Amino acid sequence: MRWLPALRAIVAREGLRFIHQRERFISALVRPLVWLLVFAAGFRAALGLSITPPYQTYITYETYIVPGLCGMVLLFNGMQSSLSLVYDREMGSMRLLLTSPLPRWWLLTCKLLGSTVISICQVYAFLAIAALFGITVAPLGYLTVLPALLIAGLMLGALGLALSSFIKQLENFAGVMNFVIFPMFFLSSALYPLWKMAESSELLHDICAANRFTHAVELIRFALYSEINLPALGWTFLATAVFGAAALWGYDPARGLIRKRS
Amino acid sequence: MTLSVSNLSFSYGTKDALKGVSFALAPGFCALLGPNGAGKSTLFALLSRLFTTPDGRIEIAGHDLNAAPRDALAALGVVFQQPTLDLDLTVAQNLRYFAALHGLSGSDATQRIDRALTRLDMAERAGEKVRALNGGHRRRTEIARALLHDPKVLLLDEPTVGLDAASRSAITAHVHDLAGEGMTVLWATHLTDEIRDTDRLLILHQGTLLADGIAGEVTGGAPLQDHFLALTGPRAA
Repeated sequence: MRWLPALRAIVAREGLRFIHQRERFISALVRPLVWLLVFAAGFRAALGLSITPPYQTYITYETYIVPGLCGMVLLFNGMQSSLSLVYDREMGSMRLLLTSPLPRWWLLTCKLLGSTVISICQVYAFLAIAALFGITVAPLGYLTVLPALLIAGLMLGALGLALSSFIKQLENFAGVMNFVIFPMFFLSSALYPLWKMAESSELLHDICAANRFTHAVELIRFALYSEINLPALGWTFLATAVFGAAALWGYDPARGLIRKRS
Repeated sequence: MTLSVSNLSFSYGTKDALKGVSFALAPGFCALLGPNGAGKSTLFALLSRLFTTPDGRIEIAGHDLNAAPRDALAALGVVFQQPTLDLDLTVAQNLRYFAALHGLSGSDATQRIDRALTRLDMAERAGEKVRALNGGHRRRTEIARALLHDPKVLLLDEPTVGLDAASRSAITAHVHDLAGEGMTVLWATHLTDEIRDTDRLLILHQGTLLADGIAGEVTGGAPLQDHFLALTGPRAA
Protein backbone atom coordinates (compact mmCIF):
# COMPACT_ATOMS: atom_id res chain seq x y z
CA MET A 1 0.00 0.00 0.00
CA ARG A 2 1.41 3.38 -1.02
CA TRP A 3 0.91 6.22 1.39
CA LEU A 4 1.85 9.28 -0.61
CA PRO A 5 -1.10 9.36 -3.04
CA ALA A 6 -3.40 9.74 -0.02
CA LEU A 7 -1.38 12.66 1.29
CA ARG A 8 -1.45 14.40 -2.07
CA ALA A 9 -5.16 13.76 -2.56
CA ILE A 10 -6.19 14.90 0.91
CA VAL A 11 -4.10 18.08 0.75
CA ALA A 12 -5.40 18.82 -2.75
CA ARG A 13 -8.98 18.26 -1.61
CA GLU A 14 -8.54 20.67 1.30
CA GLY A 15 -7.17 23.20 -1.15
CA LEU A 16 -10.00 22.75 -3.63
CA ARG A 17 -12.56 23.00 -0.90
CA PHE A 18 -10.98 26.21 0.30
CA ILE A 19 -11.03 27.68 -3.19
CA HIS A 20 -14.69 26.77 -3.55
CA GLN A 21 -15.52 28.59 -0.33
CA ARG A 22 -14.52 32.09 -1.32
CA GLU A 23 -16.32 33.68 1.64
CA ARG A 24 -14.14 31.68 3.96
CA PHE A 25 -10.99 33.03 2.38
CA ILE A 26 -12.24 36.59 2.46
CA SER A 27 -13.38 36.41 6.07
CA ALA A 28 -10.11 34.77 7.07
CA LEU A 29 -8.35 37.74 5.55
CA VAL A 30 -10.67 40.51 6.64
CA ARG A 31 -10.74 39.47 10.31
CA PRO A 32 -7.06 40.15 11.10
CA LEU A 33 -7.02 43.20 8.83
CA VAL A 34 -9.85 44.77 10.80
CA TRP A 35 -7.83 44.24 13.95
CA LEU A 36 -4.70 45.59 12.35
CA LEU A 37 -6.14 48.64 10.66
CA VAL A 38 -8.93 49.63 13.01
CA PHE A 39 -8.30 48.24 16.46
CA ALA A 40 -4.56 48.82 16.41
CA ALA A 41 -4.93 52.36 15.10
CA GLY A 42 -7.23 53.20 17.99
CA PHE A 43 -5.02 51.50 20.54
CA ARG A 44 -1.76 52.99 19.43
CA ALA A 45 -2.27 56.12 21.48
CA ALA A 46 -3.42 54.28 24.58
CA LEU A 47 -0.65 51.72 24.80
CA GLY A 48 3.00 52.51 25.35
CA LEU A 49 5.36 49.68 24.43
CA SER A 50 8.86 49.40 25.80
CA ILE A 51 11.70 47.68 24.04
CA THR A 52 11.57 43.96 24.72
CA PRO A 53 13.12 41.16 22.64
CA PRO A 54 12.95 40.50 19.76
CA TYR A 55 12.43 44.24 19.15
CA GLN A 56 15.51 46.42 19.21
CA THR A 57 13.82 49.75 18.94
CA TYR A 58 10.53 51.38 19.78
CA ILE A 59 7.77 49.85 17.72
CA THR A 60 4.24 50.88 16.89
CA TYR A 61 1.33 48.89 18.20
CA GLU A 62 0.53 47.75 14.65
CA THR A 63 3.95 46.15 14.43
CA TYR A 64 3.43 44.52 17.80
CA ILE A 65 0.20 42.75 16.96
CA VAL A 66 1.18 41.39 13.52
CA PRO A 67 2.54 38.07 14.96
CA GLY A 68 -0.56 37.75 17.15
CA LEU A 69 -2.77 38.24 14.13
CA CYS A 70 -0.78 35.60 12.20
CA GLY A 71 -1.56 33.35 15.16
CA MET A 72 -5.20 34.40 14.93
CA VAL A 73 -5.37 33.30 11.30
CA LEU A 74 -3.92 29.91 12.28
CA LEU A 75 -6.23 29.61 15.28
CA PHE A 76 -9.41 30.42 13.38
CA ASN A 77 -8.40 28.22 10.50
CA GLY A 78 -7.62 25.31 12.80
CA MET A 79 -11.08 25.65 14.31
CA GLN A 80 -12.63 26.07 10.89
CA SER A 81 -11.16 22.77 9.77
CA SER A 82 -12.39 21.23 12.99
CA LEU A 83 -15.84 22.50 12.08
CA SER A 84 -15.58 21.01 8.62
CA LEU A 85 -14.53 17.68 10.15
CA VAL A 86 -17.66 17.63 12.28
CA TYR A 87 -19.62 18.53 9.16
CA ASP A 88 -17.87 15.75 7.22
CA ARG A 89 -18.82 13.34 9.94
CA GLU A 90 -22.47 14.33 9.90
CA MET A 91 -22.54 14.26 6.11
CA GLY A 92 -20.79 10.91 5.83
CA SER A 93 -17.65 11.74 3.87
CA MET A 94 -15.61 11.14 7.01
CA ARG A 95 -16.55 7.48 6.72
CA LEU A 96 -14.98 7.32 3.32
CA LEU A 97 -11.73 8.50 4.82
CA LEU A 98 -11.85 6.21 7.84
CA THR A 99 -12.59 3.04 5.86
CA SER A 100 -9.41 3.50 3.83
CA PRO A 101 -6.94 0.69 4.52
CA LEU A 102 -4.24 3.21 5.43
CA PRO A 103 -3.54 3.61 9.15
CA ARG A 104 -5.83 6.09 10.82
CA TRP A 105 -2.98 8.13 12.27
CA TRP A 106 -1.64 8.68 8.78
CA LEU A 107 -5.04 9.74 7.44
CA LEU A 108 -5.44 12.21 10.31
CA THR A 109 -1.91 13.50 9.75
CA CYS A 110 -2.72 14.10 6.08
CA LYS A 111 -5.85 16.01 7.10
CA LEU A 112 -3.80 18.04 9.55
CA LEU A 113 -1.10 18.86 7.01
CA GLY A 114 -3.74 19.83 4.46
CA SER A 115 -5.40 22.32 6.77
CA THR A 116 -2.04 23.69 7.93
CA VAL A 117 -0.91 24.36 4.37
CA ILE A 118 -4.12 26.31 3.78
CA SER A 119 -3.57 28.25 7.02
CA ILE A 120 -0.04 29.20 6.04
CA CYS A 121 -1.17 30.47 2.63
CA GLN A 122 -3.69 32.68 4.42
CA VAL A 123 -1.05 34.03 6.79
CA TYR A 124 1.13 35.02 3.85
CA ALA A 125 -1.82 36.70 2.15
CA PHE A 126 -2.40 38.64 5.37
CA LEU A 127 1.29 39.58 5.66
CA ALA A 128 1.27 40.76 2.03
CA ILE A 129 -1.68 43.08 2.64
CA ALA A 130 -0.15 44.32 5.89
CA ALA A 131 3.00 45.14 3.90
CA LEU A 132 0.90 47.14 1.46
CA PHE A 133 -0.12 49.29 4.42
CA GLY A 134 3.52 49.74 5.33
CA ILE A 135 3.70 47.23 8.17
CA THR A 136 6.68 45.10 7.25
CA VAL A 137 9.54 43.07 8.71
CA ALA A 138 12.97 42.42 7.22
CA PRO A 139 12.75 40.34 3.99
CA LEU A 140 14.51 37.39 5.62
CA GLY A 141 11.83 37.38 8.33
CA TYR A 142 9.21 36.29 5.81
CA LEU A 143 11.26 33.17 5.17
CA THR A 144 12.31 32.37 8.73
CA VAL A 145 8.72 32.64 9.93
CA LEU A 146 7.70 29.70 7.74
CA PRO A 147 8.83 26.87 10.06
CA ALA A 148 7.27 28.69 13.02
CA LEU A 149 3.98 28.99 11.14
CA LEU A 150 4.17 25.31 10.28
CA ILE A 151 4.65 24.20 13.89
CA ALA A 152 2.08 26.63 15.28
CA GLY A 153 -0.35 25.67 12.51
CA LEU A 154 0.09 21.98 13.28
CA MET A 155 -0.47 22.63 16.98
CA LEU A 156 -3.70 24.55 16.43
CA GLY A 157 -4.83 22.13 13.72
CA ALA A 158 -4.23 19.20 16.07
CA LEU A 159 -6.26 21.00 18.72
CA GLY A 160 -9.07 21.43 16.21
CA LEU A 161 -8.83 17.76 15.25
CA ALA A 162 -8.99 16.69 18.89
CA LEU A 163 -11.95 18.98 19.57
CA SER A 164 -13.79 17.70 16.51
CA SER A 165 -13.66 14.19 17.90
CA PHE A 166 -15.32 15.29 21.12
CA ILE A 167 -18.00 17.53 19.61
CA LYS A 168 -21.04 15.39 19.06
CA GLN A 169 -23.06 17.70 16.85
CA LEU A 170 -22.50 20.66 14.63
CA GLU A 171 -24.72 22.81 16.85
CA ASN A 172 -22.26 22.49 19.73
CA PHE A 173 -19.68 24.38 17.79
CA ALA A 174 -20.73 27.74 19.19
CA GLY A 175 -19.44 26.50 22.54
CA VAL A 176 -16.02 26.00 21.01
CA MET A 177 -16.04 29.63 19.90
CA ASN A 178 -16.89 30.86 23.38
CA PHE A 179 -14.82 28.50 25.44
CA VAL A 180 -11.81 27.81 23.25
CA ILE A 181 -11.15 30.37 20.55
CA PHE A 182 -11.94 33.58 22.41
CA PRO A 183 -10.19 32.71 25.69
CA MET A 184 -7.18 31.39 23.79
CA PHE A 185 -6.91 34.52 21.74
CA PHE A 186 -7.61 37.16 24.39
CA LEU A 187 -5.68 35.47 27.19
CA SER A 188 -2.47 35.49 25.23
CA SER A 189 0.33 37.79 24.20
CA ALA A 190 -1.30 38.32 20.82
CA LEU A 191 -2.79 41.73 21.68
CA TYR A 192 -0.77 42.89 24.69
CA PRO A 193 2.68 42.05 25.97
CA LEU A 194 2.70 39.85 29.05
CA TRP A 195 4.46 42.47 31.19
CA LYS A 196 1.64 44.87 30.41
CA MET A 197 -0.82 42.21 31.55
CA ALA A 198 1.12 41.77 34.81
CA GLU A 199 0.59 45.46 35.60
CA SER A 200 -3.14 44.91 35.80
CA SER A 201 -3.26 41.43 37.31
CA GLU A 202 -0.67 38.83 38.24
CA LEU A 203 -3.24 36.09 37.87
CA LEU A 204 -4.12 37.15 34.33
CA HIS A 205 -0.43 37.26 33.52
CA ASP A 206 0.05 33.72 34.80
CA ILE A 207 -2.90 32.43 32.82
CA CYS A 208 -1.58 34.12 29.67
CA ALA A 209 1.89 32.74 30.26
CA ALA A 210 0.50 29.21 30.56
CA ASN A 211 -1.64 29.54 27.43
CA ARG A 212 -0.19 27.47 24.60
CA PHE A 213 -1.38 30.04 22.11
CA THR A 214 0.94 32.58 23.76
CA HIS A 215 3.86 30.28 22.99
CA ALA A 216 2.75 29.88 19.39
CA VAL A 217 2.51 33.66 19.02
CA GLU A 218 5.91 34.25 20.61
CA LEU A 219 7.44 31.59 18.37
CA ILE A 220 6.06 33.43 15.35
CA ARG A 221 7.08 36.84 16.75
CA PHE A 222 10.72 35.84 17.19
CA ALA A 223 10.81 33.95 13.87
CA LEU A 224 9.60 37.07 12.05
CA TYR A 225 12.81 38.71 13.29
CA SER A 226 14.86 35.62 12.40
CA GLU A 227 15.34 34.59 16.01
CA ILE A 228 14.45 31.38 17.80
CA ASN A 229 12.50 31.48 21.05
CA LEU A 230 13.51 28.07 22.41
CA PRO A 231 11.06 27.79 25.32
CA ALA A 232 8.20 28.75 23.01
CA LEU A 233 9.40 26.21 20.46
CA GLY A 234 9.58 23.48 23.10
CA TRP A 235 6.12 24.21 24.49
CA THR A 236 4.57 24.40 21.04
CA PHE A 237 6.09 21.04 20.09
CA LEU A 238 4.88 19.50 23.32
CA ALA A 239 1.37 20.88 22.87
CA THR A 240 1.28 19.58 19.28
CA ALA A 241 2.17 16.11 20.56
CA VAL A 242 -0.46 16.24 23.32
CA PHE A 243 -3.25 17.54 21.06
CA GLY A 244 -2.25 15.04 18.36
CA ALA A 245 -2.42 12.17 20.84
CA ALA A 246 -5.83 13.39 22.04
CA ALA A 247 -7.06 13.46 18.44
CA LEU A 248 -5.83 9.91 17.84
CA TRP A 249 -7.52 8.80 21.02
CA GLY A 250 -10.74 10.53 20.00
CA TYR A 251 -10.73 8.90 16.57
CA ASP A 252 -9.82 5.43 17.86
CA PRO A 253 -12.53 3.09 16.57
CA ALA A 254 -12.63 1.20 19.86
CA ARG A 255 -13.84 4.14 21.92
CA GLY A 256 -14.26 7.13 19.69
CA LEU A 257 -16.82 9.49 18.53
CA ILE A 258 -18.39 7.92 15.54
CA ARG A 259 -20.10 5.20 17.47
CA LYS A 260 -22.46 7.71 19.08
CA ARG A 261 -24.71 8.18 16.11
CA SER A 262 -23.43 6.98 12.87
CA MET B 1 -16.13 -18.01 2.85
CA THR B 2 -15.23 -14.42 1.98
CA LEU B 3 -17.16 -12.75 4.77
CA SER B 4 -17.74 -14.36 8.10
CA VAL B 5 -19.18 -12.90 11.24
CA SER B 6 -19.29 -14.88 14.44
CA ASN B 7 -21.07 -14.08 17.64
CA LEU B 8 -21.02 -10.33 17.06
CA SER B 9 -22.61 -8.15 19.74
CA PHE B 10 -22.72 -4.40 20.21
CA SER B 11 -24.59 -2.01 22.44
CA TYR B 12 -25.09 1.76 22.61
CA GLY B 13 -24.83 2.25 26.34
CA THR B 14 -27.49 -0.04 27.77
CA LYS B 15 -29.32 -0.53 24.50
CA ASP B 16 -28.33 -3.71 22.68
CA ALA B 17 -28.05 -3.10 18.95
CA LEU B 18 -26.68 -6.51 17.95
CA LYS B 19 -27.00 -9.72 19.94
CA GLY B 20 -24.65 -12.56 19.02
CA VAL B 21 -25.04 -12.33 15.25
CA SER B 22 -23.29 -15.03 13.20
CA PHE B 23 -23.28 -15.78 9.48
CA ALA B 24 -20.84 -16.67 6.72
CA LEU B 25 -21.08 -15.64 3.08
CA ALA B 26 -19.59 -17.14 -0.07
CA PRO B 27 -19.41 -15.14 -3.35
CA GLY B 28 -22.89 -14.17 -4.54
CA PHE B 29 -25.69 -11.82 -3.62
CA CYS B 30 -26.91 -11.78 -0.04
CA ALA B 31 -29.69 -9.50 1.13
CA LEU B 32 -29.78 -8.30 4.69
CA LEU B 33 -33.42 -7.54 5.30
CA GLY B 34 -34.63 -5.77 8.39
CA PRO B 35 -37.01 -3.02 9.44
CA ASN B 36 -35.69 0.38 10.48
CA GLY B 37 -33.74 0.11 13.70
CA ALA B 38 -33.02 -3.60 13.26
CA GLY B 39 -29.27 -3.08 13.61
CA LYS B 40 -28.32 -3.10 9.93
CA SER B 41 -26.39 0.16 10.03
CA THR B 42 -24.63 -0.85 13.24
CA LEU B 43 -23.61 -4.13 11.62
CA PHE B 44 -22.28 -2.20 8.61
CA ALA B 45 -20.36 0.23 10.80
CA LEU B 46 -18.69 -2.70 12.54
CA LEU B 47 -17.97 -4.46 9.23
CA SER B 48 -16.33 -1.31 7.85
CA ARG B 49 -14.51 -0.70 11.16
CA LEU B 50 -15.99 2.73 11.79
CA PHE B 51 -16.11 1.40 15.29
CA THR B 52 -15.07 -1.85 16.88
CA THR B 53 -16.39 -4.19 19.52
CA PRO B 54 -14.58 -6.71 21.70
CA ASP B 55 -17.55 -9.08 21.40
CA GLY B 56 -17.33 -11.29 18.36
CA ARG B 57 -15.17 -11.70 15.31
CA ILE B 58 -15.29 -10.47 11.71
CA GLU B 59 -13.27 -11.95 8.86
CA ILE B 60 -13.09 -10.36 5.44
CA ALA B 61 -11.44 -12.39 2.66
CA GLY B 62 -9.64 -14.41 5.31
CA HIS B 63 -8.34 -11.42 7.27
CA ASP B 64 -9.43 -10.85 10.84
CA LEU B 65 -10.73 -7.27 11.01
CA ASN B 66 -9.35 -6.74 14.49
CA ALA B 67 -5.97 -8.38 14.03
CA ALA B 68 -5.23 -7.22 10.47
CA PRO B 69 -7.57 -4.27 9.87
CA ARG B 70 -5.69 -2.87 6.90
CA ASP B 71 -5.63 -6.13 4.93
CA ALA B 72 -9.30 -6.66 5.72
CA LEU B 73 -10.31 -3.11 4.69
CA ALA B 74 -8.29 -3.38 1.48
CA ALA B 75 -10.56 -6.26 0.44
CA LEU B 76 -13.73 -4.35 1.26
CA GLY B 77 -15.83 -1.93 -0.80
CA VAL B 78 -18.55 0.06 0.90
CA VAL B 79 -21.50 2.09 -0.34
CA PHE B 80 -22.86 4.01 2.60
CA GLN B 81 -26.48 4.89 3.13
CA GLN B 82 -25.72 8.60 3.22
CA PRO B 83 -24.26 10.08 0.07
CA THR B 84 -20.52 10.65 0.45
CA LEU B 85 -19.64 12.32 -2.84
CA ASP B 86 -18.10 15.76 -3.08
CA LEU B 87 -20.74 17.68 -5.04
CA ASP B 88 -18.35 20.31 -6.37
CA LEU B 89 -16.00 17.78 -7.92
CA THR B 90 -16.55 15.82 -11.11
CA VAL B 91 -17.36 12.12 -11.13
CA ALA B 92 -13.78 11.28 -12.15
CA GLN B 93 -12.28 13.59 -9.50
CA ASN B 94 -14.35 11.93 -6.79
CA LEU B 95 -13.16 8.53 -7.92
CA ARG B 96 -9.56 9.68 -8.13
CA TYR B 97 -9.71 10.94 -4.54
CA PHE B 98 -10.97 7.58 -3.37
CA ALA B 99 -8.36 5.73 -5.43
CA ALA B 100 -5.66 7.76 -3.68
CA LEU B 101 -7.06 6.76 -0.29
CA HIS B 102 -6.36 3.21 -1.40
CA GLY B 103 -2.85 4.03 -2.53
CA LEU B 104 -3.71 4.09 -6.25
CA SER B 105 -2.57 6.90 -8.51
CA GLY B 106 -1.38 7.74 -12.01
CA SER B 107 -2.31 5.67 -15.05
CA ASP B 108 -3.25 2.69 -12.89
CA ALA B 109 -5.93 4.79 -11.19
CA THR B 110 -7.08 6.23 -14.53
CA GLN B 111 -7.54 2.75 -16.02
CA ARG B 112 -9.40 1.53 -12.98
CA ILE B 113 -11.69 4.58 -13.02
CA ASP B 114 -12.49 4.05 -16.72
CA ARG B 115 -13.19 0.39 -16.11
CA ALA B 116 -15.40 0.96 -13.07
CA LEU B 117 -17.41 3.71 -14.76
CA THR B 118 -17.88 1.61 -17.90
CA ARG B 119 -19.05 -1.29 -15.76
CA LEU B 120 -21.80 0.91 -14.33
CA ASP B 121 -22.66 2.60 -17.68
CA MET B 122 -21.35 5.90 -16.37
CA ALA B 123 -18.31 6.40 -18.62
CA GLU B 124 -19.80 9.32 -20.55
CA ARG B 125 -20.48 11.21 -17.31
CA ALA B 126 -16.92 11.11 -15.99
CA GLY B 127 -16.39 14.85 -16.56
CA GLU B 128 -19.69 16.02 -15.07
CA LYS B 129 -19.93 17.64 -11.67
CA VAL B 130 -21.71 15.42 -9.19
CA ARG B 131 -24.08 18.27 -8.36
CA ALA B 132 -25.49 17.99 -11.90
CA LEU B 133 -26.28 14.26 -11.60
CA ASN B 134 -29.61 12.78 -10.58
CA GLY B 135 -29.92 10.50 -7.55
CA GLY B 136 -29.63 7.29 -9.54
CA HIS B 137 -26.42 8.37 -11.26
CA ARG B 138 -24.94 9.56 -7.98
CA ARG B 139 -25.54 6.11 -6.54
CA ARG B 140 -23.97 4.44 -9.53
CA THR B 141 -20.96 6.71 -9.12
CA GLU B 142 -20.65 5.56 -5.53
CA ILE B 143 -20.89 1.92 -6.55
CA ALA B 144 -18.27 2.45 -9.26
CA ARG B 145 -16.08 4.11 -6.67
CA ALA B 146 -16.45 1.20 -4.27
CA LEU B 147 -15.18 -1.15 -7.01
CA LEU B 148 -11.99 0.76 -7.87
CA HIS B 149 -9.67 -1.31 -5.71
CA ASP B 150 -11.20 -4.65 -6.83
CA PRO B 151 -12.68 -5.58 -3.46
CA LYS B 152 -13.65 -9.17 -2.75
CA VAL B 153 -16.57 -8.07 -0.61
CA LEU B 154 -18.99 -5.25 -1.39
CA LEU B 155 -21.27 -3.81 1.31
CA LEU B 156 -24.22 -1.64 0.37
CA ASP B 157 -26.30 0.00 3.07
CA GLU B 158 -29.80 0.69 1.72
CA PRO B 159 -28.35 1.99 -1.53
CA THR B 160 -31.70 2.63 -3.22
CA VAL B 161 -33.20 4.91 -0.58
CA GLY B 162 -34.79 7.95 -2.19
CA LEU B 163 -34.51 6.69 -5.77
CA ASP B 164 -37.35 6.31 -8.28
CA ALA B 165 -38.52 2.84 -9.35
CA ALA B 166 -36.53 2.74 -12.60
CA SER B 167 -33.23 3.71 -10.95
CA ARG B 168 -33.92 1.31 -8.14
CA SER B 169 -34.39 -1.69 -10.39
CA ALA B 170 -31.43 -0.70 -12.57
CA ILE B 171 -29.10 -0.50 -9.59
CA THR B 172 -30.44 -3.72 -8.09
CA ALA B 173 -29.83 -5.46 -11.42
CA HIS B 174 -26.32 -4.02 -11.73
CA VAL B 175 -25.31 -5.26 -8.33
CA HIS B 176 -26.82 -8.70 -8.96
CA ASP B 177 -24.61 -8.84 -12.07
CA LEU B 178 -21.55 -7.99 -9.97
CA ALA B 179 -22.41 -10.82 -7.59
CA GLY B 180 -22.79 -13.11 -10.60
CA GLU B 181 -19.21 -12.26 -11.59
CA GLY B 182 -17.89 -13.69 -8.32
CA MET B 183 -18.07 -10.85 -5.83
CA THR B 184 -19.51 -11.29 -2.35
CA VAL B 185 -22.27 -8.71 -1.98
CA LEU B 186 -24.08 -7.86 1.22
CA TRP B 187 -27.02 -5.61 0.44
CA ALA B 188 -28.94 -4.12 3.36
CA THR B 189 -32.52 -3.13 2.68
CA HIS B 190 -35.98 -2.96 4.12
CA LEU B 191 -37.61 -3.35 0.72
CA THR B 192 -38.57 -6.93 -0.14
CA ASP B 193 -38.98 -6.34 -3.89
CA GLU B 194 -35.21 -5.91 -4.29
CA ILE B 195 -34.62 -9.53 -3.37
CA ARG B 196 -34.80 -12.43 -5.83
CA ASP B 197 -35.90 -15.92 -4.84
CA THR B 198 -32.45 -17.28 -5.58
CA ASP B 199 -30.62 -14.73 -3.37
CA ARG B 200 -29.21 -15.60 -0.02
CA LEU B 201 -31.33 -13.91 2.64
CA LEU B 202 -30.62 -12.80 6.20
CA ILE B 203 -33.46 -11.32 8.22
CA LEU B 204 -32.34 -9.11 11.09
CA HIS B 205 -34.76 -7.87 13.71
CA GLN B 206 -34.00 -6.13 16.99
CA GLY B 207 -30.35 -7.11 16.76
CA THR B 208 -31.00 -10.83 16.23
CA LEU B 209 -30.86 -12.92 13.04
CA LEU B 210 -34.31 -14.46 12.53
CA ALA B 211 -33.62 -16.22 9.25
CA ASP B 212 -30.64 -17.31 7.15
CA GLY B 213 -31.04 -19.20 3.88
CA ILE B 214 -32.02 -18.98 0.21
CA ALA B 215 -34.89 -16.48 -0.05
CA GLY B 216 -37.27 -18.84 -1.85
CA GLU B 217 -36.70 -21.55 0.74
CA VAL B 218 -36.84 -19.27 3.79
CA THR B 219 -40.34 -18.11 2.86
CA GLY B 220 -41.55 -21.62 2.08
CA GLY B 221 -43.13 -20.39 -1.14
CA ALA B 222 -45.07 -17.54 0.48
CA PRO B 223 -44.53 -13.98 -0.77
CA LEU B 224 -41.47 -12.55 0.96
CA GLN B 225 -43.34 -9.43 1.99
CA ASP B 226 -45.89 -11.49 3.96
CA HIS B 227 -43.24 -13.68 5.51
CA PHE B 228 -41.18 -10.62 6.52
CA LEU B 229 -44.17 -8.90 8.12
CA ALA B 230 -45.11 -12.06 9.94
CA LEU B 231 -41.62 -12.20 11.44
CA THR B 232 -41.07 -8.53 12.19
CA GLY B 233 -44.42 -6.76 12.03
CA PRO B 234 -46.37 -5.55 15.05
CA ARG B 235 -48.19 -8.88 15.33
CA ALA B 236 -44.97 -10.87 15.32
CA ALA B 237 -44.34 -10.22 18.97
